[in-house]
Amino acid sequence: MNSKVADRIATTIFYLIAATIVTVLVGLLGYIIYHGFSKLNLDFLTSPSSSFRAGGGIGNQLFNSFYILFLTMVFTVPLGLGGGIYMAEYARPGRLTNAIRTCIEVLASLPSIVIGMFGLLMFVNLTGWGYSILGGALALTVFNLPVMVRVCEDALRTVARDQKEASLALGITHWHTIKTVLLPAAFPSILTGAILASGRVFGEAAALLFTAGLTTPTLDFSNWNPFDATSPLNIFRPAETLAVHIWAVNTQGLIPDVREVADGSSAVLIISVLLFNLLARWIGSIVHKKITASK
Amino acid sequence: MDNKTMTLAASQRLLKKSNKSALQKEKRGKYLVLASALLIITATIAITIFLGSKGLQAFISNGVSIYEFLTSTKWNPTAENPLYGAVPFILGSFAVTILSALIAAPLGIGGAIFMTEIAPSWGKKILQPVIELLVGIPSVVYGFIGLSVLVPFLRETVGGQGFSLLAGMIVLSIMILPTVTSIATDAMSSLPKGLRESSYAIGATRWQTIWRVLVPAAMPTLLTAIVLGMARAFGEALAVQMVIGNVRSLPSAITDPSATLTTIITLNMGHTTFGSVENNVLWSLALILLVMSFIFILLIRYLSSRRQF
Amino acid sequence: MKKMKSVYLLAVMALILVVATACGNKGTEGNANGDSKSASGSIVVSGSSAMQPLVAAAAEQFKEKNPDADIQVQAGGSGTGLSQVSEGAVKIGNSDVFAEEKEGIPADKLKDHQIAVVGMSAAVNPEVGIKDISKKDLIKVFTGEVKNWKELGGKDQKIALINRPDSSGTRATFVKYALDGKEPVEGAATEDSSNTVQKLIKETPGAIGYLAFSYFTDNSGITPLSIDGVKPTDENVQKGKFPIWAYEHSYTKGEPKGLEKEFLDYMMSDEIQHNLVPEQGYIPANKMEVKRDAEGKITKK
Repeated sequence: MNSKVADRIATTIFYLIAATIVTVLVGLLGYIIYHGFSKLNLDFLTSPSSSFRAGGGIGNQLFNSFYILFLTMVFTVPLGLGGGIYMAEYARPGRLTNAIRTCIEVLASLPSIVIGMFGLLMFVNLTGWGYSILGGALALTVFNLPVMVRVCEDALRTVARDQKEASLALGITHWHTIKTVLLPAAFPSILTGAILASGRVFGEAAALLFTAGLTTPTLDFSNWNPFDATSPLNIFRPAETLAVHIWAVNTQGLIPDVREVADGSSAVLIISVLLFNLLARWIGSIVHKKITASK
Repeated sequence: MDNKTMTLAASQRLLKKSNKSALQKEKRGKYLVLASALLIITATIAITIFLGSKGLQAFISNGVSIYEFLTSTKWNPTAENPLYGAVPFILGSFAVTILSALIAAPLGIGGAIFMTEIAPSWGKKILQPVIELLVGIPSVVYGFIGLSVLVPFLRETVGGQGFSLLAGMIVLSIMILPTVTSIATDAMSSLPKGLRESSYAIGATRWQTIWRVLVPAAMPTLLTAIVLGMARAFGEALAVQMVIGNVRSLPSAITDPSATLTTIITLNMGHTTFGSVENNVLWSLALILLVMSFIFILLIRYLSSRRQF
Repeated sequence: MKKMKSVYLLAVMALILVVATACGNKGTEGNANGDSKSASGSIVVSGSSAMQPLVAAAAEQFKEKNPDADIQVQAGGSGTGLSQVSEGAVKIGNSDVFAEEKEGIPADKLKDHQIAVVGMSAAVNPEVGIKDISKKDLIKVFTGEVKNWKELGGKDQKIALINRPDSSGTRATFVKYALDGKEPVEGAATEDSSNTVQKLIKETPGAIGYLAFSYFTDNSGITPLSIDGVKPTDENVQKGKFPIWAYEHSYTKGEPKGLEKEFLDYMMSDEIQHNLVPEQGYIPANKMEVKRDAEGKITKK
């Protein structure tokens, strides 16, 4: 009898916990989108921010965020793929493999502020670049690399064993098998993982404070020559990203309309991350269908 | 996926393309991926060496006493007789980490049990995406909401200024909740089926099964989930900085403002000059963060060596 | 797969090329031509976050006149600005404290250009009921000797101190000139942003903090304090009556040349000093009737 009552109570508590978690998320998303949505218009999204007047937009920050994300992925995807292939296909149990695995764990659990400080030493001071997009992207590469390696390794490991063995049995070399059998089969999960990782990179701020900096020079969006100082594509200019902007206006800003800008920026950030999430699921399912369909 | 057709298609593709220099390519490919893997080791070593040497500089070349640094509660690097006691920040970091784990652990593990044991059919369909979305919310957004909603709310309800350990704890616990939940879910669902069935067979209720059989069996992994969450909380910088008040004295109550290692670093980094003592001690604080994340990893390794399932 | 790979390789190679050329470019940057009429070239200015808006706005206007010149103004804090200018990483370093006051900076190698003055004072939550405070009492408040506003003739409210981070220039100025060097005790919160400090003072009963004059507007919801009966106004600072103020410095390594010089001259011109400087809540440097050196000694101009 008693144990039945205890069972009931416990079940109720578990329902309450689940409800709490859902409520927290719905509350958070609802709050951000409700407050931020009214701020979202083309002008806010495209005009440059002001450092002391009201009415600034987030155009430059938005561009910077995507540009840094793009560069980061250009660095991380091949490296992550390489690391993942090694761990899934070539690594033999032993000291080296153990060391690599430990390092992946260490890198993955490093606080992002520590990575940012390392970036400050390495990519800002040592190289003499100062705050730059490239420095920020490299710091984020360190931040994102362990995730990508894991994504690629897991994706390769889940490819059916018999596919690989059949290929090897045909006398095809290991490398060729990886390239022509394993990678295409693992492609959907790698892509999905990469897009989800992009969401994480997009929202990261602490690693960028000391590497990409807190300011953006005036950009001339008609100038696409990457060597020019005012070109948005110049990778040696400092760049404040959207996530850094939210932190900066709240803790250091001088503008009077902090609340409006932060509301709007948060909404954009959240919506972007949601889109990354949906995109990952959508592409994942499409590619999956395409690959499994008969040729 | 139809494996047979896949394999067939693949082998045809392969046969067509097999060429003479295959062995060479094989070697090149292997070295290529090995290089990427070795880069990870290089990066880790570089970070350790760079931050280690920079973090020790304050003690070696500036003569800051390491004993004072780790035991004194007085921090005032800009005073005429500078004081470098990092205890308030070390304690502050541990306090918010442990407090947030105290909230996130029951919620996260409870959520995991809900998904795997209570309502496996539909619970997972709802909670799984919720957890994934929570992971995706950037930490600055948590900080911003904490600053604009939580802090005023705490000021009205519990008094004080609102900036407090309590605010930091709440923000962090929501941030680490998805980490704890998703690993705990994996732990629960990887338990062998027989465990459950034999428990029900001897007439145990669901709660008894969960509490007496499943949770103890999954314990090492559940602890891993909590430790990983704590590692994340310990290193979180911006969200905490926005709500905790950043006061360098020891808090006496949970509603008092406090500071953590990360918040002091972010607040002072730009104001201090590179190479000065005030700046170097910030790197020493970062070194503590680095060492702590090594300790968290050792803890996780120890826990996973005790995994039963 | 194959095609994708070659496209990818191409992209990476292009990127490396960009990096290499841009690296090469870097060396020639900043070679401003001082002889020609219209300034050209490019320089980087870095430092104090508080000064960034002023300098960036001036740089904007300067660029309108000299389209060939490019001036980038970065923010990263006074310390960053001073270290970067002394290392030669940037041409101009902005700071809200004297270089002499920062440790590890070769102040003798830097040339100080005081481009503006910022006045600051303590401000309280309006409910506190105090508008004037003696310096002695102010020190008592910030050193924790007085804990309730009642003791100073105000409302029966606990005093809540809002501080700035240890290394902030605002804090250094306030401690030096308002508290005579006495370190404040830890209070309710430590915040870097003047906006946040203003908001906190407005919202928190019994709060006191310190802010630049530009935050003392009619609708700011806070009460600025007169000190020893002297009101915190620009005139009082200019005449040397009100003690809490600081210079906004732009440092160059050695004498400025070329574009740096032209830009700094422009900053000191009436166009900036009489428009942009007061517009952003600063006091023009050339209106000051007193002068202060790095030790804090004040002399008549």
